Amino acid sequence: MLEVKSMAEFMASGESPDVLFWVGCAGSFDQRAQKITKAFVQILNKVGVSFAILGKEEMCTGDPARRAGNEFLFQMMAYNNIQVLNGYNVKKIITTCPHCFNVIKNEYPALGGNYEVIHHTVFLQQLINDGKLVLKDGGAFKGTKITYHDSCYLGRGNGVYEAPREVLQALDVELVEMKSCRSKGLCCGAGGAQMFKEEEAGTTRVNFKRTDEAIETGANIIASNCPFCTTMLVDGVKNREKEEAIKVMDIAEMVALSLKDQ
Amino acid sequence: MKNQELPSLNYVFLLKQTTLEQPFISIKMMIVQQILFVIISIVAFYLFAKKASEIRRNILLGRDEDLTDQSEKRWKNMVLLAFGQKKMFKKPIPAILHLFVYVGFVLINIEVLEILIDGVFGTHRALEAPLGSFYHFLIGFFEILAVLTLIAVISFLVRRNILKVKRLSMAELDGFPKRDANTILYIEVVLMSMLLIMNASEGAIMLQEGTGNGFLISTMLAPAIVGLSPESLHLIERICWWGHILGIYAFLNYLPYSKHFHILLAFPNAYYQRLTPQAEMRNMKDIQNEVLYMMQPELAPPPPADGSQPATSAFGAKDVKDLSWKNLMDAYACTECGRCTDACPANTTGKKLSPRKIMMATRDRLEEVGTNINQNKTFVEDGKTLLHDYISVEELRACTTCQACVEACPVSISPLDIIAQLRRNLVMEESNAPQEWNLMFSNIETNMAPWKFSPDERDAWIHS
Ligand code: SF4
Ligand code: SF4
Repeated sequence: MLEVKSMAEFMASGESPDVLFWVGCAGSFDQRAQKITKAFVQILNKVGVSFAILGKEEMCTGDPARRAGNEFLFQMMAYNNIQVLNGYNVKKIITTCPHCFNVIKNEYPALGGNYEVIHHTVFLQQLINDGKLVLKDGGAFKGTKITYHDSCYLGRGNGVYEAPREVLQALDVELVEMKSCRSKGLCCGAGGAQMFKEEEAGTTRVNFKRTDEAIETGANIIASNCPFCTTMLVDGVKNREKEEAIKVMDIAEMVALSLKDQ
Repeated sequence: MKNQELPSLNYVFLLKQTTLEQPFISIKMMIVQQILFVIISIVAFYLFAKKASEIRRNILLGRDEDLTDQSEKRWKNMVLLAFGQKKMFKKPIPAILHLFVYVGFVLINIEVLEILIDGVFGTHRALEAPLGSFYHFLIGFFEILAVLTLIAVISFLVRRNILKVKRLSMAELDGFPKRDANTILYIEVVLMSMLLIMNASEGAIMLQEGTGNGFLISTMLAPAIVGLSPESLHLIERICWWGHILGIYAFLNYLPYSKHFHILLAFPNAYYQRLTPQAEMRNMKDIQNEVLYMMQPELAPPPPADGSQPATSAFGAKDVKDLSWKNLMDAYACTECGRCTDACPANTTGKKLSPRKIMMATRDRLEEVGTNINQNKTFVEDGKTLLHDYISVEELRACTTCQACVEACPVSISPLDIIAQLRRNLVMEESNAPQEWNLMFSNIETNMAPWKFSPDERDAWIHS
């Protein structure tokens, strides 16, 4: 049973949480991404992090609108979100989506929204380093061959390459890199609002190309840090009929399965 | 044996003749050469300065963007990225070859300084006396660089024309761009050869006169020509000296029309590169304020007393003048190396988008606008725009904003920034978006999410 309280509930009881968990649209509505959200909450509950969500008050950050070119809509969404966040005097935000992460961290400050923003993989790495998050010995993924997909908005976009890899290392996995990784990482094809439209005519799809790189490594799991990448890669694996051989999992899901039972 | 003695006799005779007559001839010849040199130099520098100032004017047609903060970091970027060629080393082989040409180019140009002095004052190797033995060391060093440059340039020609490295032989380079790349490489071959032959001919003269052994590398060529008459050797030396400097002036004046202009612009381009995280999109203050005044009308400034409407500029970019000056400088700094296109997920999966082509199109259009201004004093509407006439909607749509192009570029260019601004114009000025995006927009507007879910369901996952 997940324990999740909204910001409004905290306010009503006169308390305030340490952090706000920004769930994001994918994490809230997409069935596959909901699993990531729940896995992450399970970890937060386990560690005893005092957190809240905005719940029904959360809105799209405006990222896909801005990237598609609709600045008006982006500014509307940003305005409303910043009003809500500042209204609750939010200081620290954790999010499971690198797009939400980038927008709130880098693009909201110019609009009056200043927060400390942390991507969940970085937060998990901090919890592990601080000894707050204890993993099972010989955990669920010990020795499993895993390849890590750098999302564009966490990697190139914000220079976070190592923290997610360190979490995987803490899971005792065998980490293998794809042909393009880190700053040269290949896109999954979803960014820039591509998620919401058909690709232009070409010789193949971006997510198929990326999935092929992952398959070439011989890994059994593609570790991801973004709900959109996860969707694209799941689709790629399905297209290549490799569902038996290779699974796509968010790092939060992998950590949740490796939590030490008490 | 007679046959062998004959040339040596001839040689003594010719030497005598030249030592007798040379002072007279050379004074007259020297003055003619000096005057010619000064005139040609003035013309060459004037023409270059004129074209360079046109380019400066063109760049400043762009919108303002303040990129002067954090000067310390900016200097550091310039040192690392432009001087240090940091990003080039992501691909080691071309990086080393390029480094030869780059170092060769910079250092051999020190020799041009001597050429200028000799040309103007009619001296011969003016720096030899003041520098003493260090001079020979220096020339030897330049000769090594000249040979390395020759090796590199020939390898580049092979990569382009024989191995046909993919990013260097894509169809988007057909025509001028391909010729441009090869032309410069040929000019380099000629310049470096002239330099070596010039030194070799002097080395041969030294050997003949018994005054020295010539210079480090070119002395190896000297035996091949040592049998020539001193007059021929002097002539070769003169031809190469003039060929070298004329070649350099030709190069200088060709630069501003070529992708090789990056030799100069790579430096300011690295200095002025954006220092914000790569994924951050530039804010549109106009629209931010518009939304703010809509939500909080009390904050809106009072309308001007005379009832006039404040001037508004177009949203996003339709033509080059709507882009920022940095975007325009980017266009002139582009080396057309295609590292961006090589890394672009859209391009490598067969879409029409190519970030390199975005930069080339921007430069072509800007040059066209510049020519228009040259002819008409101010820009006269020509019914064309960067958007549509040079860059198609299909190309723009294919971008995933992954920033691979920005990351890959060795000269700090952002093709993505141009794409983003053109997209803004498409959507906000032309309402030109695919149906699926319009649906996404209206979902965000009404459901606060890009999909058609009720906002009331946003936290339903807790109990699902
Ligand atoms: S940002 Fe756009 S143009 Fe640049 S590499 Fe990615 S998809 Fe290609
Ligand atoms: S934009 Fe940069 S990477 Fe792309 S072709 Fe030009 S110089 Fe090369």
